[in-house]
Amino acid sequence: MVPEPQPARIHARITTEPLDAAAALASARTDADGALLLFVGVVRNHADGRAVMGMRYDAYVDMAHEVLLAIAGEAAEELGSPRVWVEHRIGRLAIGEASVVIVSASPHRQESFDAVRYVIEEIKKRLPVWKKEEYVDGQEGWVAGRTPPGTGAADDVTRTHESVEQGRGA
Amino acid sequence: MSLTVRTLFFASYRDLAGTPELPVELEEGARVQDLVRTLRERGGGLSELPEAPAVAVNRRYAPLSRPLAQDDEVAFIPPVAGG
Repeated sequence: MVPEPQPARIHARITTEPLDAAAALASARTDADGALLLFVGVVRNHADGRAVMGMRYDAYVDMAHEVLLAIAGEAAEELGSPRVWVEHRIGRLAIGEASVVIVSASPHRQESFDAVRYVIEEIKKRLPVWKKEEYVDGQEGWVAGRTPPGTGAADDVTRTHESVEQGRGA
Repeated sequence: MSLTVRTLFFASYRDLAGTPELPVELEEGARVQDLVRTLRERGGGLSELPEAPAVAVNRRYAPLSRPLAQDDEVAFIPPVAGG
């Protein structure tokens, strides 16, 4: 007897609490899965040659939750990974702390590699989340971001004196 | 006739606005682009708001041509930097 396929399971959350990658792995996996992929985005100690002490994340929480859920759902439906788990942390994070954890579990590996990659790339394109770097010298600056698609907005890189190149981060 | 929308500002746009939230009264039939112009003409930090910022209406990204209705929630979205 071949066991029944496991149902799809999608989880998305914006939280101020520390993220737990081990719990995410355990939560996503079912007995039908032969591949379990984990991506962790963490705060690093440098940006463009400057020493960074920490990062402060801000979000449009209600919308970010909806967008994150949509992204996870797309990864499941369009890329065929049945179990996608993603959380994004906001608030103040120290060096080495996880800002985003993504897990995909699927019977075979290809779908999960694709799903995890898709989720992090879409987060960077359209999740309404912002981050401010806190430098060792006491200054701080918003990290330059990307204009989300679907708005008709002119491309606009946030201008600050600490302005950095587009598309960087986790 | 007029309508009032609730505008939200985040990150660098909140720094410009000096507030997270502002009710704005507009003419009936106003679109997002009219709201942007109204805010830019108020002077102060908001005069530095881009002419064509990214906006979400009721938590969905929307074009500048989107018509607005009473009590719409219009969020000004600086370039996003999650992850």
